[in-house]
Amino acid sequence: MRELSTPAIPKRSKHSWQGIIAFLFVLITVMASIYAFGWLKYDPNTTDLGDRLQEISMLHPLGTDHLGRDVLTRLLLGGQQTLGYSLLALGAALLIGIPFGLISGYSRGWIDRIFMRIADGFLSFPDTIVAIVLSGLLGAGIGNLVLAIVIVKWVNYARLVRSTVLSEAQKDYVQIARTNGLSPARIMRRHLLPHVIGHVLVLASLDLGKIILLISAFSYIGLGAQPPTPEWGAMLNDSRPYFQSRPELMIYPGLAIVSVVLLANMLGDYLRDRFDVKREVQS
Amino acid sequence: MGRILIRKFLETFGFVLFITFISFLFIRMAPGDPVLTILNVDELSVSQEQVEALREEMGFNQPLLVQYGQWLLDFVRLDFGQSYVTGQPVMKMIMGGLPATLELTGGALVIMLLIALPLGSLSALYRNSWIDQVSRLLSIIGAAIPSFWLGLILIDLFGVRLGWLPTMGRDGWISLLLPSLTLGLAISSVYVRLLRSSLLDSMGQEFVRAARARGYSEARIFWVHALRHSLPPVITVFGVSLGSLIGGVVVVEVLFAYPGIGKLVVDSIRQRDYPLIQGYILVMAALVFVVNTLVDLSYRYLNPEMKLKERKAG
Repeated sequence: MRELSTPAIPKRSKHSWQGIIAFLFVLITVMASIYAFGWLKYDPNTTDLGDRLQEISMLHPLGTDHLGRDVLTRLLLGGQQTLGYSLLALGAALLIGIPFGLISGYSRGWIDRIFMRIADGFLSFPDTIVAIVLSGLLGAGIGNLVLAIVIVKWVNYARLVRSTVLSEAQKDYVQIARTNGLSPARIMRRHLLPHVIGHVLVLASLDLGKIILLISAFSYIGLGAQPPTPEWGAMLNDSRPYFQSRPELMIYPGLAIVSVVLLANMLGDYLRDRFDVKREVQS
Repeated sequence: MGRILIRKFLETFGFVLFITFISFLFIRMAPGDPVLTILNVDELSVSQEQVEALREEMGFNQPLLVQYGQWLLDFVRLDFGQSYVTGQPVMKMIMGGLPATLELTGGALVIMLLIALPLGSLSALYRNSWIDQVSRLLSIIGAAIPSFWLGLILIDLFGVRLGWLPTMGRDGWISLLLPSLTLGLAISSVYVRLLRSSLLDSMGQEFVRAARARGYSEARIFWVHALRHSLPPVITVFGVSLGSLIGGVVVVEVLFAYPGIGKLVVDSIRQRDYPLIQGYILVMAALVFVVNTLVDLSYRYLNPEMKLKERKAG
């Protein structure tokens, strides 16, 4: 433990402190979302007009909204929606992007050329527009929004993986593995994947906040989760006419989004410092 | 330079062609008959003959590729067809909303510059001082606040509680203030930190030391030498994040009921007004291409090294 107090270390220990906080909050958020599965007192979508716009009380810890629905219940379930769909989109983008990047970077040749054409095409067109267009063509709805995000995001991961693989594949250990007769699939899985995965996870955690913001923004303007579903952005849109009489209805979902995104960004920054990934990952 | 420009144009053009074809397919295969969509606007009962007549008129009973070719021909003549909902030409509707959107974007960029330039420069010049800490905190929070929530808070504060500013529509420059403020604040957080780190990098360069040795004043070194050198990375990020700016414009326009093309496209998505969506895609592609080209051109002006290199290369 003594070495930790030498002057060179404090920067590191500050970061690990940040990391611990971030992980703790992640744990709390995840637990709150899981809690929402089991112990809910109220149905999030049952309206009770006699109970509308209630103040904070023992029965309703955060009051009720304009249709008499319990705000805390909807907030927790909204977190499930927002986080769940964000993670789903991210996971699917990774599942598509990583193999594409590996194959394209390792095999080179015509596969790689085709891939780069596609990737350049996507880059020449901003991703938010592609998302708007796709949800426009497929129709408004959370599923289509997730699909749009996946279609836009996988290219980034594939590009990152490809560039890492391009430089890794030149190194001795890959050459040795190849001369030892390992199949390309095995080389990719056993040797290249572990090198790539750190960078990819950092990029993914930095993306998580952006995806959460995108999903809630699209839900706010009515292109994401549709009204009865408790999603944070949709909740803000839902109760907008009542902000003057009950400003809390505006505060809670907003604060929830801010804190979760803040958390995701902190986690991403921590991972980036921890794994020492260069700036290329940032934008 | 000319070659790069042509390649970029072809790339964008190819992608637009691809995306229009896909969107064309989607429109033809979309749930619901476009003919019925058009006729249902009047909410009258329609006879089978009417449906067939319109189908004939719009060419829906021809093979798909012929239809696409016809559509492309119209597209080259800048004729995007008519809106299913209003019956007006799409081009006219988009051109009607474009000035409003450009004004809003311009306003947001001005606000962004007003925040990012002073704050970024000061936090680079007074590194690790309180102003640097404040700007760091602001950028961390700024990256996490959704623009629509920021807008709601601003509306509540300035529109409802203080009653100073209008919160809806487009009526003179004063109604532009809140939307641009919302968008400008939302995008500025990135640029403050970026300008800071880029400036710090420039201030450590040889040419700054040389300028100092020649006895230039600190102000001149900063404004003439360091700032110019630190702009290219900022502009690069601007080009890359253009998409999030356009997305932000859409959200803010809906939030403030501002009659730009962002609100237009969201409304048309809700009503499944496909020709308008397609028109929006094409106009955006053109816009993105223009901005990206301007970004490329600005490098040459801002970084004299590039011009020298090109001259050397012949």
